[in-house]
Amino acid sequence: MTTPILAMKNVVKYYGDAPILNGISFALFRGETKIIIGASGSGKSTILKLIMGLDRPDEGQIFVEGEDISKFNERRLVSVRQKIGMVFQESALFDSLTVRENVAYRLYELGVDENEIEGKVRQSLGFVGLEDAIDKMPSELSGGMKRRVALARALIDEPEIMLYDEPTAGLDPVTSKKINELIITLRDIKSVTGVFVTHRMRDAFTLATEYATNGDGQTTFHTEDNFICIANTRFLMLHNGKIIFEGPDEVLRRSKDEYIKRFLA
Amino acid sequence: MTWMPVSPKAAVKEVQDVTFLTAKAFASMFRRPFYVRDILTQMDIVGVGSLTVVMLTGFFTGAVLTLQSSKTLTTFGAVAFTGQLVAVSLVRELGPVLTSLMIAGRVGSGIASELGSMLVTEQINAMRALGTDPIKKLVVPRLLATTSMLPVATVMADAMGIIGGLFTSVFVLRISANLYLARAWNGLSYMDLFGGLLKPIVFGATVAIVSCHCGLRTYGGTQGVGRSTTQAVVVSSILIIIFNLFLTRLILVYTR
Ligand SMILES: Nc1ncnc2c1ncn2[C@@H]1O[C@H](COP(=O)(O)OP(=O)(O)OP(=O)(O)O)[C@@H](O)[C@H]1O
Ligand SMILES: [Mg+2]
Repeated sequence: MTTPILAMKNVVKYYGDAPILNGISFALFRGETKIIIGASGSGKSTILKLIMGLDRPDEGQIFVEGEDISKFNERRLVSVRQKIGMVFQESALFDSLTVRENVAYRLYELGVDENEIEGKVRQSLGFVGLEDAIDKMPSELSGGMKRRVALARALIDEPEIMLYDEPTAGLDPVTSKKINELIITLRDIKSVTGVFVTHRMRDAFTLATEYATNGDGQTTFHTEDNFICIANTRFLMLHNGKIIFEGPDEVLRRSKDEYIKRFLA
Repeated sequence: MTWMPVSPKAAVKEVQDVTFLTAKAFASMFRRPFYVRDILTQMDIVGVGSLTVVMLTGFFTGAVLTLQSSKTLTTFGAVAFTGQLVAVSLVRELGPVLTSLMIAGRVGSGIASELGSMLVTEQINAMRALGTDPIKKLVVPRLLATTSMLPVATVMADAMGIIGGLFTSVFVLRISANLYLARAWNGLSYMDLFGGLLKPIVFGATVAIVSCHCGLRTYGGTQGVGRSTTQAVVVSSILIIIFNLFLTRLILVYTR
């Protein structure tokens, strides 16, 4: 068996006296997407921050491409973070920089050539349909536009792993469909490994049932029928610091658990 | 938190954190990458941005100092020495301390509120996620800017103070400009100038480190940003005044 790209092993995280995460273990292989669902405050964003090394677990290990990063110092974490793109829940755009500079930020850090940067920025903003906003400041954007810029910023140097913290929250159906399709394309065509945090079950099920194929340079989207499971996506549900469900959407929908049933209703 | 750390344990922790931040900032100052643009921007904010405030402070302090010291000197029949007294007080004490206090208020609050809001809106985390060390990108430029620009601002304040004194000497006290300026110039030693420049360097570092520290450990949302800002100004001002005593003592011992 190949090593997972991303794994957590018995992770425990305290904030104050209460354990927010209490023994979380899961693994993700290349090209797989994990959808994390759970009530507000259940620790979904915390999991993403731990993977990114922005915070440290109190117990347990976190593996990125087989390396345990839980004891890495900041300097070693930099090279780990280079492989991971993250879309923050509140976008977290730098408000002193323009949209162009925000999106290009990582390339500047890597010392990429100025001319190359401009093309990549436009391409990345094109993905999220925001080329026109390139010279705006973040304060001039709506919440949904900010989130799309944040997505463009995370995607710019095509990371192998993407962490999405509610990227479609508060977006209109057309835009969220576009973002879902973008995430599906990354998963199925570019084999990007993803962790997707959401409250919106509709988006979650879209991700779990649709898949993309690439023929003649044209990407097309299909919906899997009810009996087979093609989309490379599994659910993971958090409750009281534990994983109470892990598996594909078909099983989740048929779950007999009262809490899960209430959550899906 | 009130005006003073509550428990001794919290106070020790605070000192420890500040020491770590200082050490990290100085260590990463000499490692690539260097954010030259950020350094220049900060120097502009600290130096050019504070110029008016600092010059006004200097001018009026010098003017009032001249009025007061001439009054005292008159009782000894030594009013001719006004220039010397004003220049020495300004260059040794009032210039560095008042300039640093003004900049603690103006720049320190700016640093703490900027870093504080970046922290609560996760911009600092986003920065780390994109592969940047916030100490290098945010703390070092501010530290370099204050330590380099504060001496410059102090020189401006000193000069304006002496000019302010000149005004009152000539127009109020009727001391001749030549006498005032000659006394002022001859009264100053190289050691005074050295001490007068060493102080703002230390005070500048104090303002930057304290304000960055306060900003970066903001908690409790927007309200927390306000609290950090106040703390940054209060703590750096008090530290400036305390450090001034020790520095003065140190300089006086070595100038004998
Ligand atoms: N820096 C922190 N300090 C103290 N407590 C924290 C901190 N960050 C998170 N928490 C707590 O940890 C818990 C989990 O937070 P987290 O942000 O992971 O929730 P979430 O599942 O992402 O919720 P939501 O769906 O609302 O975004 C919350 O109860 C929160 O109060
Ligand atoms: Mg969250």
